[in-house]
Amino acid sequence: MFGEGILRGLAETARNFFGSYVSKDRLTTVQFPEERIAPIEATRDFPFLVYDGTDWEQGMRCVACQICEKECPPKCIYIDKSKDKKPDAVGKQQFYPTRFDIDISVCMSCQICVEVCPFDAIKMDTEFEYSTQDRFGGLMFDKHKLSKSNEYYHRIHPTEASAVDAALAEERAKAEEKAKAAAEAAAAKAAAAAAVPVVPKESGGAA
Amino acid sequence: MIVFSASGAERADQIFVLTKYWLMGYVPTAVQPLASAVLSVVPILLVFPLIFAITTLLERKGLGRIQNRYGPNRVGPWGLLQPMADGLKSLTKEDIVPDSADKWVHLCAPLLLVVASFLAYAVLPIGRNMVVANLSAGVLFFFAIGALVEVAIFMAGWSSRSKYSLLGAMRAIAQMVSYETPLVLAGLVAVMATGSLSTVAIVEAQAQYTGIFPHWFVFTPWGFAGFVLFMIAATAESNRSPFDLPEGESEIIAGYYIEYSGFKFALFFLGEYLGMFATSGMAITLFLGGWSAPFSFLTWVPSYLWFFIKLLAITCGFIWVRGTLPRLRMDQLMHFAWKFMLPMTLLNIFVAAAWKFLPAGIVRWFGCAIFLAIAFVLLTRGLKRRGEFRARQYRFAE
Repeated sequence: MFGEGILRGLAETARNFFGSYVSKDRLTTVQFPEERIAPIEATRDFPFLVYDGTDWEQGMRCVACQICEKECPPKCIYIDKSKDKKPDAVGKQQFYPTRFDIDISVCMSCQICVEVCPFDAIKMDTEFEYSTQDRFGGLMFDKHKLSKSNEYYHRIHPTEASAVDAALAEERAKAEEKAKAAAEAAAAKAAAAAAVPVVPKESGGAA
Repeated sequence: MIVFSASGAERADQIFVLTKYWLMGYVPTAVQPLASAVLSVVPILLVFPLIFAITTLLERKGLGRIQNRYGPNRVGPWGLLQPMADGLKSLTKEDIVPDSADKWVHLCAPLLLVVASFLAYAVLPIGRNMVVANLSAGVLFFFAIGALVEVAIFMAGWSSRSKYSLLGAMRAIAQMVSYETPLVLAGLVAVMATGSLSTVAIVEAQAQYTGIFPHWFVFTPWGFAGFVLFMIAATAESNRSPFDLPEGESEIIAGYYIEYSGFKFALFFLGEYLGMFATSGMAITLFLGGWSAPFSFLTWVPSYLWFFIKLLAITCGFIWVRGTLPRLRMDQLMHFAWKFMLPMTLLNIFVAAAWKFLPAGIVRWFGCAIFLAIAFVLLTRGLKRRGEFRARQYRFAE
């Protein structure tokens, strides 16, 4: 009969109305500031800089290669490269950024900076409560504010961070092996040089 | 006449009327007409906007619950102060008038809408002896004033000089003109039964009791059909879902008031709800016995309370329907008005006339009810067969 569907619809909405007072399961709303649900692992919003160890300045992985700055589509990364070098977390001499600023009011969370970084130094964060009274300075993050420890990275993206750590360890092991091999080769060469007199200019080149 | 159980109840019922007379005693004779008008009008200007504020909260809460959400619950306890926050927000917002708009008409449209909506309350009997103007042609006055709303809406749509505004206004005019006819015809049966156009007389005719049951027109077959048809037409008149094509948020954003902001927008909102309350009040007056109590043993409750309880019930019904039905299409809307509403209201008038001449009794009641039911079934079946209520075939969009 005509109008039957309307009555059925009215019954359905009435059931919703009263049901929402009876069963809490119907209400899908999360009352945000008081209630929170943990973000899923793939959550990402703004980039941050990873450091190893405990000292953020000492352990910063970034070597100021400026690839991310060049690749950033909205151009929200500002990097100044240092003149001098200092040892990084592994102890290797590297350049470092004297300035590393990200304007998160411009950032579009595309993750391209993360994709292009050859040093696994920049990763995506999950923190989003950045509201501020100062819309220019308050949203321009400097390198101190951007620096977060590797432990933090493990906490927010455990799978990804473990993969990165494994890759870095492998690279480090390879580099060590190579260094060891190079050292052995050099030692062998030195031993050979000590045994057989060689033309001086060649030994200078090897060193 | 109603017999009061106690004089205390009578005093509670007439407290506003007595207060007015008491205050009038202190006013010099020369200014008494003016003072009387002010004392009658000011409470209406205060009470109905207050009900509007409560209704906005009720609506948002109700719609939320219908959609399994909480609704506003942040401002004050359980979100009760939300209307105040909304009001403050709309007061402090910038009032933007488009450069190419007709400034004066643009300004006048919301004012006219609110004034027209308020004028309709002049003839609504809110309680016993509580009516601003007991006109002998009160019902006629009500519908005449209701037509002013259309002028205000078209002023808004035209003066904004925006495509969406004009589209919305055209839709509104087409819809309101189409539904004005069934609205008046549906209300006419109450006038026929009473033999008077005075709203006060119509309510008094219904405020009588057989046993414990009142003589409300809604309990007669033609009264029930008239009430349902009146409420459908009233929903269309007040541009509410499922007849909210003039606003059509997903199609033409806000229709005729798209170019309004700040307080003028709030005025439109206010005018719309006031119009809704006024037509609901008219439905209460015509079919639900106005201020009269639903049972004779409940007459000790002040009459104005009954009016507002009924108004609240109808408002909740409006919210319920809004939370249930999707928006109609323009052609469905017009088909519904001219091919269903109009024949049904005309048939209903015929039944009401027959009722007047048939001998009273249970046979008359069931005879009229069966006649209306058969007419309804045949009409809707005929329309269905002719494909008027079927989904439209799209020739090009597939």
